[in-house]
Amino acid sequence: MTLAGSIRLALMIALAAILELACRTGLIDRLTMIPPSEMVTALWTILASGSANADIAYTLTNTLAAIVCAVLTGFAAGVIIHALPRLRRVLDPLLTAYYAVPIFAFYPLLVLIFGVTATPIIVIGALFGMVSMLTSTLIGLDRVPPVMDKAATMFGLGPLQALLLIRLPATIPYLITGLKMAVVYSVIAVVAAEFILSPKGLGFRIAFAYNDFDNRTMYGLLLLLITAVTVVVLLLHHIEQRVHERWARQ
Amino acid sequence: MKQRAIDFALLLIGLLALWQIVSLIAGTSAVTAPADTLVYAAGLLRTEDFWRHAAASGYALALASVIAMLGGLALGLLLGLNRLAGDVADPMLLTMFSIPKITLYPIILLIFGLGLSAKVAFGVMHGIFPVAIFALNGVRNIKPIYLRAARSLSLTRASTALTVLLPAALPEIVTGLRMGFAATILGTLIGEMFASTKGLGFLLVRSLDNHEVAQTLSLALFLFVFAGVANAILLALEKRMHRTAAP
Repeated sequence: MTLAGSIRLALMIALAAILELACRTGLIDRLTMIPPSEMVTALWTILASGSANADIAYTLTNTLAAIVCAVLTGFAAGVIIHALPRLRRVLDPLLTAYYAVPIFAFYPLLVLIFGVTATPIIVIGALFGMVSMLTSTLIGLDRVPPVMDKAATMFGLGPLQALLLIRLPATIPYLITGLKMAVVYSVIAVVAAEFILSPKGLGFRIAFAYNDFDNRTMYGLLLLLITAVTVVVLLLHHIEQRVHERWARQ
Repeated sequence: MKQRAIDFALLLIGLLALWQIVSLIAGTSAVTAPADTLVYAAGLLRTEDFWRHAAASGYALALASVIAMLGGLALGLLLGLNRLAGDVADPMLLTMFSIPKITLYPIILLIFGLGLSAKVAFGVMHGIFPVAIFALNGVRNIKPIYLRAARSLSLTRASTALTVLLPAALPEIVTGLRMGFAATILGTLIGEMFASTKGLGFLLVRSLDNHEVAQTLSLALFLFVFAGVANAILLALEKRMHRTAAP
């Protein structure tokens, strides 16, 4: 492990220890937060009893569906829009302002349209994630070195062949970045949507436990969610760095 | 310039057409038509009630933005000064940015109680990390020669930060401020949606509960326009920064 990694781990442990101490001594009262060690045991009980399995599966399916939709539509739209500069100029203000406007205000409308099912959750997750994939695809295609296009012309490749064999592979580092951000945004939107209005799911269970003053369930599930998100984000971050390094060397 | 105006008009027409189509498919009880909504929105903007809530939101947003920007800048600049501290903090900041913070809302409520401080805290939680991440990367990507120049002039840490780091990292910092401001708007709004009796977020939730679709859409529209204009202003500033920093 690198030095920075060890320091990071030590910091996290120290932070957990301080929290534990503050909770145990009553500096933070139990109604506000339960000690981290209890969060772990609470999570263990939940997982062992399997009482949240259906919710975990629900959230996982929704998130995966949202990510797949976001990445595929974002990528396809990116390739198409890149080929049509006129359309791109028109859409440009929308793309730059997309994450600046609270798209989330749309979720209630989606519920009105689709009802309280998984569909509005997946749609808002996909809507939230796809634009980061789209912009990354655009930026990636913009930055293909001109020499590669020249190579494509030299080999007499048609536009489609040049796209598939040369331009897209050259874009991969940007696509990975887009994928990472699409995953992050989709997860945020899915969980937030479940938190606001949903028949089940992790977000729903956390909100329910909060309204029920059930701190053990709430903190146990929060721990699960945050750990899962952290692992996925760090993994994607790691892959991204590796790919960028490899491409930079070539 | 004229070309851009035409493009923008085309975009607006496209969005309005999309809206009209959605409202035709979903029915006006789920999504009101653009024309009706705009008429309703114009009426809403004339009510005193709306501006009272808008002022409450604006106040919370202003407080949250100032705290998020100053806090994020301090965090990013300080951590960026030291290579190791930056390496340690970078993935942590990224993770904090990616956590669906809405789920942490119960904790914020338990700590701050209902009201202004909770929604400001929620806005800050959303806005501080983008600002810090961009400031950190801005400082870390500064050309080493600038730092060597600062050292050979034997500047103190504080004056290095103010006269070398800040100006050199300014384009990145402005990008971070723009992203941070957008995130703060979202955070404050979500905060109001859950725990407030004032503000546009509260109005939004109330109109949803009462099934006042025209009001919901008018509020969403107002928020979009506000956020879009704020973003455009900051973006114009950012583009100027990047241009002047380029040579």
